[in-house]
Amino acid sequence: MLIGIAIALGAIAGLLGGRTSQGPAARHGTILGWAVPALLGGIGALAAVLLLDGCAWLPDSEGTQTVLGTGIAMVAGWGLARIGAYLLGDRRDSPLGGDTYTATFRLGWWWPVLLLGPTLVILALFLYGPALETFALSTQLVRLGAPRSVPVCLSHVSELLTPSPARLVGLPLAAVALMALLRLWKTHTSPVGFVGQSARLVQPLGALALLTALYYVFAAGPAGYRSIYFNTVVISVGTVLLSMVLGLAIANLAFKKVRGITVYRTLLIWPYAISPPVAGILFAMILDPLAGVTAHVFDLFGLDFPNYRSDPTLARTAIVVSSTWKVLGFNILFYLAGLQTVRRDLLEAAAIDGATPWQRFRYMALPALGPITFFLLITNLTYVFFDIYGTIEYMTAGAPAGATSVSIYEIIRVGVGTGDLGRGAAQSVLLFVAVIALTVWQFRRSRSSVAYGGAA
Amino acid sequence: MTANRTRTSQPRRHEPLGLAIATDQMSHPRLRRWGIHLALALVCVVIGFPIIYAALIATQNNAEIFAFQLRPGDSLLPHFDLVWNRRGLAGFMWNSTVQAVAVTVGKIVLSLLAGLAFVYFRFRGKWLIFMFVLITLMMPTEVMILALFTTVSDLGWGDTYTALIVPFIASATAVFVFRQHFANLPESLVESAQIDGASPFQFLFRILIPLSWNVIGAVIVIQFVYAWNMYLWPLLIIRDSDRQVVQVALQSLQQAGELTTYGPLMLAAVLASVPPVLVFLLLQRPFMSGFAIGADK
Repeated sequence: MLIGIAIALGAIAGLLGGRTSQGPAARHGTILGWAVPALLGGIGALAAVLLLDGCAWLPDSEGTQTVLGTGIAMVAGWGLARIGAYLLGDRRDSPLGGDTYTATFRLGWWWPVLLLGPTLVILALFLYGPALETFALSTQLVRLGAPRSVPVCLSHVSELLTPSPARLVGLPLAAVALMALLRLWKTHTSPVGFVGQSARLVQPLGALALLTALYYVFAAGPAGYRSIYFNTVVISVGTVLLSMVLGLAIANLAFKKVRGITVYRTLLIWPYAISPPVAGILFAMILDPLAGVTAHVFDLFGLDFPNYRSDPTLARTAIVVSSTWKVLGFNILFYLAGLQTVRRDLLEAAAIDGATPWQRFRYMALPALGPITFFLLITNLTYVFFDIYGTIEYMTAGAPAGATSVSIYEIIRVGVGTGDLGRGAAQSVLLFVAVIALTVWQFRRSRSSVAYGGAA
Repeated sequence: MTANRTRTSQPRRHEPLGLAIATDQMSHPRLRRWGIHLALALVCVVIGFPIIYAALIATQNNAEIFAFQLRPGDSLLPHFDLVWNRRGLAGFMWNSTVQAVAVTVGKIVLSLLAGLAFVYFRFRGKWLIFMFVLITLMMPTEVMILALFTTVSDLGWGDTYTALIVPFIASATAVFVFRQHFANLPESLVESAQIDGASPFQFLFRILIPLSWNVIGAVIVIQFVYAWNMYLWPLLIIRDSDRQVVQVALQSLQQAGELTTYGPLMLAAVLASVPPVLVFLLLQRPFMSGFAIGADK
């Protein structure tokens, strides 16, 4: 019964995913256009149910697990229908794939196999394999180094979340609805005038609502994920905001044409090459309560420098400062590249017309930097999600009382530190979902921009 | 003299572009230029401060550090002897070098070959295979690091260089960058290569690579810095301290002494940062131009 509902919802998700302009609907008759995505959606959902062995839909299953399982089935249905739409549709228009229309070598089929083989084998073995393994591990009770495992269905994930199914479904839906409404309001008002201006001003509230909704979706308490989520959001937002604002300001300064500017630029960008652990060591020294320079300066003024490791806010601030320093060079580099695309002749014309420097910056340079800003937002977020591990390890090791333990740190603490591989993998799945969501958002926002820096 | 001539003949060059706020208000061009120099120098010093400070601490003994002495002490050589020889930093640096060079070279070779296949060959399922590579952009190793750990351990690679190198020599980023670069080269190149009867490898080595040095330089910087700075993976997979990479080995310095050993630790941190910074400095021209091209959309 519950499984039937899940599969039906999967078919509906398939309809949403498969009915694009490029999909079967565009090519074939209407009935086929409806039937194929729905069928694919149903098959995808069924596959998800079979993979989970139906465990989430048993009569005595927890409500949250049923909700999670149904969500997974819907995503599987949506994804399969989406893939089907691409395969059946005209792919050459696709922004990502498509053939490059160059003259080609006409040699045996083994040539491409030979050239691509090593890359594909390594990606399959060490990225796709472990990715699937992560999902498999998250449904098992398994200890590091122990061969036996016990299936636990989705309980590793559900114990991180609120026990109330209504809240689990309702809060994110409400936030997404709010975001959609705000977006609708923005697109249907003109940018000039009071109404349009306020529509643009309140737009960020949607993202804020989503962040807040997720806070309440995660369970409180030591077993729940709420505090880890909170730490991750605070440290991410702090680092991203600080490093992007400073990066833009410094890039503006380094964009001037003065003598020796290339030397200045080198001196501004080089911390890019420093490792996150070394950044942690350097700032641990500067902020050391006994021997550090800040403590001495405080001393000179007769003030007492607190130990940042024992205060949650100070500890998070210290992490934010050192990771900001680490990513600043990267941001300066990209903003410099971005400023080069701002049209100088237009800026000069505006200056002649009497636009103030602030107006020229706000209304001409800043909009042109939009794509770069968005790209940096994503790369800085991936930095804070992963590379920050080394910084935290050397500065606070998660102290005080886990106040600086972010998602990646917690994954290692649980999965390796306590040896609970299954629970660690379940947290990895959460982070995985966040990364996929960010990447999809990035692709939709800017399909043409080149993903250059990432660590993959 | 030169500056003077430039200023009088091409005054617009030194006009503000309107991107700075404060300096624009000063009317005197020379004064404004000095202001910019001052501001830039100040920012450079602030940004460089952590490493300057670490270099200072590296020369001091604990008494000098606690006394907040501003001039360098004379403990640099004993500290160097301690970390480099007795604590084995030389060995850890060598391990990191082997790993970072192997990962960088492997990534560039494999990605060049893959880029060649994607642009200059026609084969069935190319789009699907390209998607297969591209999708890994949203699969950072760290997300699946626990499963990667079990996979690599099951292969019996625990505690080996192989574990540090092989999983990382394929890269969607580099494949994508080379593919874009090749696709933007003129089509006549491959046509004339075919008329001359060149094999794909001859085409790659004689024509494509000489035209790609900028991109290769940029990829070297990105990948060397990435590989050298790897921390979490070696921490998990390498148990034998003799094979550990330098980023993780710093930890043993932090905890080794009976006393807190600020000086040696700072020296080791500075030394561990020399290779990636050096690679960045040596290749900064192709690196920066590569980025400017990449971001110029």
